[in-house]
This record gives sequence, C-alpha cells and structure tokens, in this order.
Amino acid sequence: MTTTTGPHPTRRLILLGAASVALIGLGNLPFAARPASAAANDKYPEEAFKQKSEADAIKALYGRTAEPSDKVKLDAPEIAENGGVVPVSVTTTLDKVTSISFFVAENPYALAASYRIADGTIPGVANRLKMAKTTKLVAIVEADGKLYSATKEVKVTVGGCGG
Amino acid sequence: MASSIRVRATSNGDITEVQTLIQHPMDTGLVKDSKGELIPAHFIQELKFECNGKDVFVANWGTAVSKDPYVKFSFKGAKKGDELKISWTDNKGASDTTTAKIA
Amino acid sequence: MKTPFSLLLGSVGAALVACALTSPRVVAADKVDPVADAKAFQNFFFQKFPNVKREDFVNGPYSMNEDMKRQWQEKEEFPPYEFALDAGKEMFATPFKNGKTYADCFPNGGIGIRQNYPYFDTKEGKVITLELALNRCREANGEAPYSYVKDEMASLTAYMAYTSRGKPMDIKIPDDPRALEAFENGKRYFYTRRGQMNFSCASCHVQSPGERIRAETLAPALGILNAMPIYRSEWSGMGTTSRRFVTCNSQTRAVPLEPQSDEYRDVEYFLSYVANGLPISGPGARP
Repeated sequence: MTTTTGPHPTRRLILLGAASVALIGLGNLPFAARPASAAANDKYPEEAFKQKSEADAIKALYGRTAEPSDKVKLDAPEIAENGGVVPVSVTTTLDKVTSISFFVAENPYALAASYRIADGTIPGVANRLKMAKTTKLVAIVEADGKLYSATKEVKVTVGGCGG
Repeated sequence: MASSIRVRATSNGDITEVQTLIQHPMDTGLVKDSKGELIPAHFIQELKFECNGKDVFVANWGTAVSKDPYVKFSFKGAKKGDELKISWTDNKGASDTTTAKIA
Repeated sequence: MKTPFSLLLGSVGAALVACALTSPRVVAADKVDPVADAKAFQNFFFQKFPNVKREDFVNGPYSMNEDMKRQWQEKEEFPPYEFALDAGKEMFATPFKNGKTYADCFPNGGIGIRQNYPYFDTKEGKVITLELALNRCREANGEAPYSYVKDEMASLTAYMAYTSRGKPMDIKIPDDPRALEAFENGKRYFYTRRGQMNFSCASCHVQSPGERIRAETLAPALGILNAMPIYRSEWSGMGTTSRRFVTCNSQTRAVPLEPQSDEYRDVEYFLSYVANGLPISGPGARP
C-alpha cells in the first residue's frame, strides 16, 4: 500500500535523486572491476551503516542497485505490534547466495543488518528489527554476484526509538 | 555471570538449525534517558558462527537490530555433537564467546 | 470515594444479565457470592468471544488478533523473557547468607505452586501475593527485600510461574468474612472509575478487549494475571503484577498505589479467583 501524505513526496524525490546519481556513477565506470561484494569483504561495513537513505546505504554496501525478484520472499507483519521488536525474515530459492541485507527506509540510518552466507549455509535468515515509524522494508539478496530485492510496507503504530 | 549468548542448535538430517538470543542493550544513540541526556550508541557490530573451523554465518549489525537480538538460520555439513562457536563484538570493543553442541 | 453502583452495573451489565438468568441470588447485591461472580465473569468473556478457546484467554491480546498472534508465536521461538527466566532459576537455587533458600519458605519447595497465589491468610486476615511472600521470605532470612515491580522480583516470579505452566489457577476463598471482604474490595476497585480519564480497570479490560486504545490492543481481564510476570516490548523489559497495576493506573492518569498495598492485593485476589480453572501461562511476552 502506498500512501503519499506528509513528507513522503519530498522524500521520494530525494531518494530518486540519490538513485540516479548512483546510476550515473556506475555508468561512468564501465570497465571498473566489479564493486567489492559484501561477501568478499570481511570488514564491518562502517560507511554503509552511516548512510541515512536506503539508496545510499545500498550503494555504500554493494556499489550497485538491485532488481526486484519474486524469488526473494520477505516475511514481515503488516502492522507491527511494537516498532521496537518487528520479526522479519527472508528466504530465497536463488542459488549461490553470498549475502542477505535488510534496509528500513524510514529509520534514521537505513541499513539494519547484513548477513554473510557461507557456501553450504541455507540462504535465509530470521531476525528482529527496530522500525521508527511506518516504513518501506527492503531485503536484498546477493546471489552469483547480482542483487535481488523484495519490498514490503510495515505499519508501525508504536515506534521503536522511544523508551 | 552467565553467558550473554543463548543458543539452540538442532540437527535434522543434514541440516542444522541455529537460533540465538543475545543479551545486549543495542542502544541507538538517539534515545534520551530520564535526565534528558542522550544514551550513547552501544550495539553489537559483528556476530560470528563457526563450525568445524569454518565461518558458516556472519552478521553485521547496526543500531536497528532489536534489544536482546535474535537471529535464526540453518546450515549444512554438521552433525549431532559437533561444536558451534558463537562470538560477538560491539562498538565499544566488548565481546563474548560461547560454544554449543549441536543436539 | 463513592461506590459508583450504576457504573458497576453498566460495565458488567451483560455479565449480570447472563448470570441473573441462571442465578437469581446475584440480584441481591448485598450478598457476596464469589462462585456466582466467577461464573458470570467467565461466561461474559466466553459469550463475547465465542471463537476464542477458553484456555487461550491467558494469552492476552494475542488471543484477540490473528496477525498479532503470529508475531507472538515467532517471538516465542526464543522468547524475550528467557534471560529473566534463567536468572530467576539461578537466584532461586542460590542460598541466602544463612544457608537457607527460597524453597524453604514455600510449599513443595516453591515448584509448581504459582496457581495457588494469592491466597488469603486467615491468621493475618489479609491477602498474601507471591511477590509479597517472596520478599517476606527474604526478610525472614535476613536479606533486603527486592523492588516489587521488576528486575529480581520479575525473574523470581518468572521462574516460579514457569514451573507451574499449564496448571489451572486455583484460588481459594476460605470460610472467613474477611476473605469475602477482600474479594469484594478487589472487585469494587476493579469496577470503580478513577483518574483524569475516568476509566475503571473494567472500562478497558471487560468492555473493550481486542479493541485498540491508541496503538495498543487491549487484553481481556479474564486470565490477565495468569501470564504474569511479563516481558513488555513497551518497557523493553520485565514487569510484575505490581508493575502492571501501577502502569494501568498511570496510563489512565490515576494516581497509582504503592505496590502490594491492600487494594492491589485485593484486586489481584479478585482477578485471580475469577480466572480459576484457566492455566498458568507465565512468564509472558506482550507488546
């Protein structure tokens, strides 16, 4: 469900802006090596966790954008009973999965968690996340070097950032 | 003091299901205490699961993971009785480690 | 404070009607009849929510809403009260400085007895809750009492509830006019409106379970204490029955009483008695 009230339209514009910058950025580097994948990099992705929008966070973490895929199954409640503890999980039928990440678009910092999936580990994870308010939730699965995403709207009536 | 890590690792055929709950405040750094002062960010950044000398699952977390974090995943290649080593480190440099036998 | 008789009738109107059909004694309002009260109370909920299984009422708001129930079931896979439960188990087994333990203070070593609390002490002439009994046990053994609302008290009661899970609530009202009076006092407190919002406990938990008040789904009063203590996401932590009463009062902008004051003990006695037969489900997890 998409309701565009309040600050949403402005925010959309900013997000679109950021995304196009990212695309141009990639376009300018056609022969550059494949951006380092999260899975190939053992370091804590400090920069990605500092990004405010999910587009910037995805860019900082993966260096490229994801395409929506129905092979990524994102499970989250429609209405969170409490934004402080929202059970969220991802499963996928994709092969060669190396990482799974969660982005909560309306949080102060969009990237919530990123998991490195080893060879032989089932590509799926369940965890509990905080959501500041009603938000778009994005899950990205990195498989065989490509990014696939699933998106869901979660309504939050009691925020996860209060006491 | 008991470990901050609770683990349930159960084997079902070739697949081992792992559930973990960790006691940690996961403070965002954006919430004020009762005196109106910001509680500094304090959160686990990395949580690692190791089995038979191999990292099977590594979590990188920010402040948006819930207090007393929970995570569930499954992996192949282990059997009942194998040891699973779980360790975390947080942004203040604190850490904890535990091992669990796969049941 | 005047007893708002008409309000009392209003909020349990359906219950009274239901029970007037089967038991004309209730019409005589000056007679205290806990058996008839408990029956009417339970029937009111069973009729209001015919699709909720009887033993499910002890799961609070989760018995009222499928989407919430699913979130709860996911949480229960590794419940947030796990740490309190472990701490309580360890505390329970750890001897006091004098070498005695909690087990020495309770029947059956304190295991599987949660369903018998609170009870009416005919010597003292008062209601004794589990929280009160735990602190008395500590003081009798030369230890400082714990805060009634959270932390250690919640951990200890979590463990004691856990060892009693599934056992039907079994509160007795002895043949003692003071016990009947305590029950009646608790009932009066439960149905009396108070505070700036002019709410009684029943306004929310009898009239409106399953409805939202602001963002929260209200729990049914029936079996509400069977789940205590609880981990509330809203509190980011554990709370006891005392904490629940205090927050109920403050959320309706009434002045909370002291934990374990006579009125709170009596209302716990009343609410537990009318839930007789429903299983202990504590410790619980709540939004």
